[in-house]
Amino acid sequence: MKFGRMKSHRRNRMLIIVFIVCAAAGATTFTLFALNENINLFYSPEQIVRGEAPLGKTIRAGGMVQDGSVIRAEEGLGVSFVVSDLKSAQVTIEFEGILPDMFREGQGIIALGQLTDKGVFVAEEVLAKHDENYMPPEVADALKNEHQSSAETYNKANYN
Amino acid sequence: MFKWFHRLGSPKIFFEMSGRWQVPLLWLSVVMLTGGAAWALLFVPPDYQQGNSVRIMYIHVPAAILAQSGYVMMSGAAAVFLIWRIKLADVAVKCIAPLGASITFIALLTGAIWGKPTWGTWWVWDARLTSTLVLFFLYIGVIALRSAMERHAGAGRACAILALVGVVNLPVIKFSVEWWYTLHQPASFSLTEKPTMPVEMWLPLLVMVVAYYLFFFAIWIMRIRNEILLTEKNTDWVKQWLATR
Repeated sequence: MKFGRMKSHRRNRMLIIVFIVCAAAGATTFTLFALNENINLFYSPEQIVRGEAPLGKTIRAGGMVQDGSVIRAEEGLGVSFVVSDLKSAQVTIEFEGILPDMFREGQGIIALGQLTDKGVFVAEEVLAKHDENYMPPEVADALKNEHQSSAETYNKANYN
Repeated sequence: MFKWFHRLGSPKIFFEMSGRWQVPLLWLSVVMLTGGAAWALLFVPPDYQQGNSVRIMYIHVPAAILAQSGYVMMSGAAAVFLIWRIKLADVAVKCIAPLGASITFIALLTGAIWGKPTWGTWWVWDARLTSTLVLFFLYIGVIALRSAMERHAGAGRACAILALVGVVNLPVIKFSVEWWYTLHQPASFSLTEKPTMPVEMWLPLLVMVVAYYLFFFAIWIMRIRNEILLTEKNTDWVKQWLATR
């Protein structure tokens, strides 16, 4: 756009608009920065291990369910599993209730509950976090045969 | 340079030009919508984890994309109205707001329906879902502001300013899944990156996205034409046009 040829009153109006939008953007940026931690829906395993999550308060914790970590109670609906950030941090989650259909090892989950002083997260609700990858079942099977842990390869976890 | 721009800003010329476009546009979009929906619902393979509920994506993703780019179009028209005082741009803002609100509602609703079987919940207050709800309220705000100021000469300007201030919400929606931990997954489909699904899944999605756009434009143009007829009903050219019908 040729600013030079624009009539001056139009240029002024345009500058006012640019100013209004920039001011609104600035105000929003500061607000979001101030609220940053509160906007996160859940605490990552790393944050919990580092002790950033409050104890005994209802919070959400999220992470990838570690392969082979799911232990179901012999009676009832109790289940415990370990979530990790696919690096070093791990948190054990205990839950009693019906897990969502999409819950499985190697998938992301978000649990609502409380962190006990033993470092175990007692959940009252578990949600499955779906990743952005989609594929037909045949493709998934083929991939699985190719390398054992297709889930790990195909889950670009954003829990770090 | 701006000659065509000012010409298009004349209600009469816009009405004449859009008259040639609206019918083919509407037909093309209806054909693509039906074809794309049939393709997505009947022939696309199910997902290896979500099963058949993946088909909701073909309604949800185009709606969510259009909810945001509809807002870009609305605020673009608002800026044109504020800077050049072209009345037709104000009409365009007025006509797109209910469309944007509807499409945002569809995105929210289909998202909730998909969320229940996939995540295990209809709704969470994560950054992506909440900022999309804010987008819905922004559209509603533009509609409400105009109807509250109906007889007021400044209604158009007030709506335009509200629309422009709301633009800051768009990057928040777009990047919410990267800036914060959310339940919502990152984008599966964008202009710049390789889709995260095989071609037999993303091609029908692309068809649906284009179809949604065309349908949106067709309805937007039809609404603007109605509005032009109403406001210009006492002019000679409208009377002449009506006489030929």
